[in-house]
Amino acid sequence: MAEVPEHLLRRSAERRAALSGEEAPAEAPVAADVPAQEASAEEAVAAPADTGEKITESVGGVPAHLLERARLKKLAAAGGDAGASGAVATATAAKAPAMTAGTPTGTGPSGHTQRLLTVVKAGSIQQTKAEAQDKVHVWPHLLAIEFASIMILMALTTIFSALVKAPLLGLADVNQTPNPSKAPWYFLGLQELLTMFHPMVAGVTIPGVALVIVALAPYVDKNPSNKPADRKFAIAMMTMFLMFWAVLVIIGSFFRGEGFNFVFPWNNHVFFEL
Amino acid sequence: MAEANGNNGSGLGAKVAERATKMWDNTRNSQAWNSIFRPGSIYRKGYTDSPRNRSYVIMNSVLFHLHPVKVKRHAVKVSYTLCLGGLSFFLFILLTVTGIFLMFFYRPTATEAWATVQDLETAVAFGSLVRNMHRWGAHLMVLSVFLHMSRVFYHGAYKSPREFNWVIGVILLLLTLLLSFTGYLLPWDQLALWAVTVGTNMMGYTPVLGNQVRFVLLGSKEIGNDTLLRWYVLHVLMFPFVIVIFMAVHFWRVRKDGGISGPL
Repeated sequence: MAEVPEHLLRRSAERRAALSGEEAPAEAPVAADVPAQEASAEEAVAAPADTGEKITESVGGVPAHLLERARLKKLAAAGGDAGASGAVATATAAKAPAMTAGTPTGTGPSGHTQRLLTVVKAGSIQQTKAEAQDKVHVWPHLLAIEFASIMILMALTTIFSALVKAPLLGLADVNQTPNPSKAPWYFLGLQELLTMFHPMVAGVTIPGVALVIVALAPYVDKNPSNKPADRKFAIAMMTMFLMFWAVLVIIGSFFRGEGFNFVFPWNNHVFFEL
Repeated sequence: MAEANGNNGSGLGAKVAERATKMWDNTRNSQAWNSIFRPGSIYRKGYTDSPRNRSYVIMNSVLFHLHPVKVKRHAVKVSYTLCLGGLSFFLFILLTVTGIFLMFFYRPTATEAWATVQDLETAVAFGSLVRNMHRWGAHLMVLSVFLHMSRVFYHGAYKSPREFNWVIGVILLLLTLLLSFTGYLLPWDQLALWAVTVGTNMMGYTPVLGNQVRFVLLGSKEIGNDTLLRWYVLHVLMFPFVIVIFMAVHFWRVRKDGGISGPL
């Protein structure tokens, strides 16, 4: 049970005091009339002008004995309730003398029927975000950046393509092996490994294992931080991994000449086509 | 132009301008126009820069609604993403468009392939430019996907809850390489033939299934007509189909996992 905040308790107490102070004198002379007025809304069916007498006639099609039973039940309920209902009971308590004569209605001094059941703190039922996030609208902030970057890329690609021709060598000839024959640049690292390992190791095992390790990186790396200072090991491993491949690709691309032998690109013709 | 014609001319010019404005207004009030551009579109009459309209621009566009309506402020910093993922996607679109153009002229047979590429270079209007863009765009895409992956790693962006999207990303890298490699053979020149020979020879060393893998890839014992057709279909249909599915999951997961990672 949530505890009721201090200020609400205080307000409740003040209100209670004010009500009992106000109503006691005002109620005394008209005590008999009050229930009759207040009853009208709720008790229209039961008894249009119920003054506590025994009902003997049926009203609006409801048998008389049922109306009588309802009236007695209500009287009994009002008697039992008076002491127990806490904050809302103020109004009832103030009118206690009237109640013996009239029908209890359960309404407040000015006809209100609300009751304070409990005070629920905001956090317990509402999902409140711990911190408001600083957000911006995608249009125009992100779309403008995307548009600009696409335009720049498009312009560069078009200009580069207009200036530099894509290679188209002679018709393919299975009987004429060029020396050296090289794979596309992104596979030259693997071709470089071929000079050191058995083809199965260089062409299948190493790239396969590397790919699986990379794919499993998020499950292997349990460190939850994304701060570079906390991730020195991961960053070092990845950098070494990338450098390993970069060096192999560069050697395969520019430092391998005829017969895939090691050459320096500044001494010989560079055997490299994209 | 109207002012150069003197008084009469400027009167006429004003009239024409008035009529043009009115026509433009009527067009933008028409049912047809408003049926095409949904509420909030910047092409609608009376578009104002309000938070509500900014949201509508994204929500009411099939293209833009890949995006959420709002993103974290740091997510739009170019220095964080360098636009690499988005540009990889854009390069894929560029390659699709230029590739469709090339398909109109290319025939995937050992006897005709090289000649049709030669025709593209010499006889087809813009053929050379489009082929160059396709080729350089492809190399650029391999590069940008690789750089995107490095960027994601260095930002630790693959960590929970984005682990699975990283795995999808690795698959996308592999598919990008396969797309590039299958396209490499299609010009059917000496470069293509021997690069692919080197590549597929390596795959032939797959343990146990080596010869079968090589046979399936080549469509025969040696690279030839069957290989060309096979790799053509893989290049223009199958791999694009598969990569689009994985890209869809990739983009969807970016949003479901709470947008891009960070800030650091």
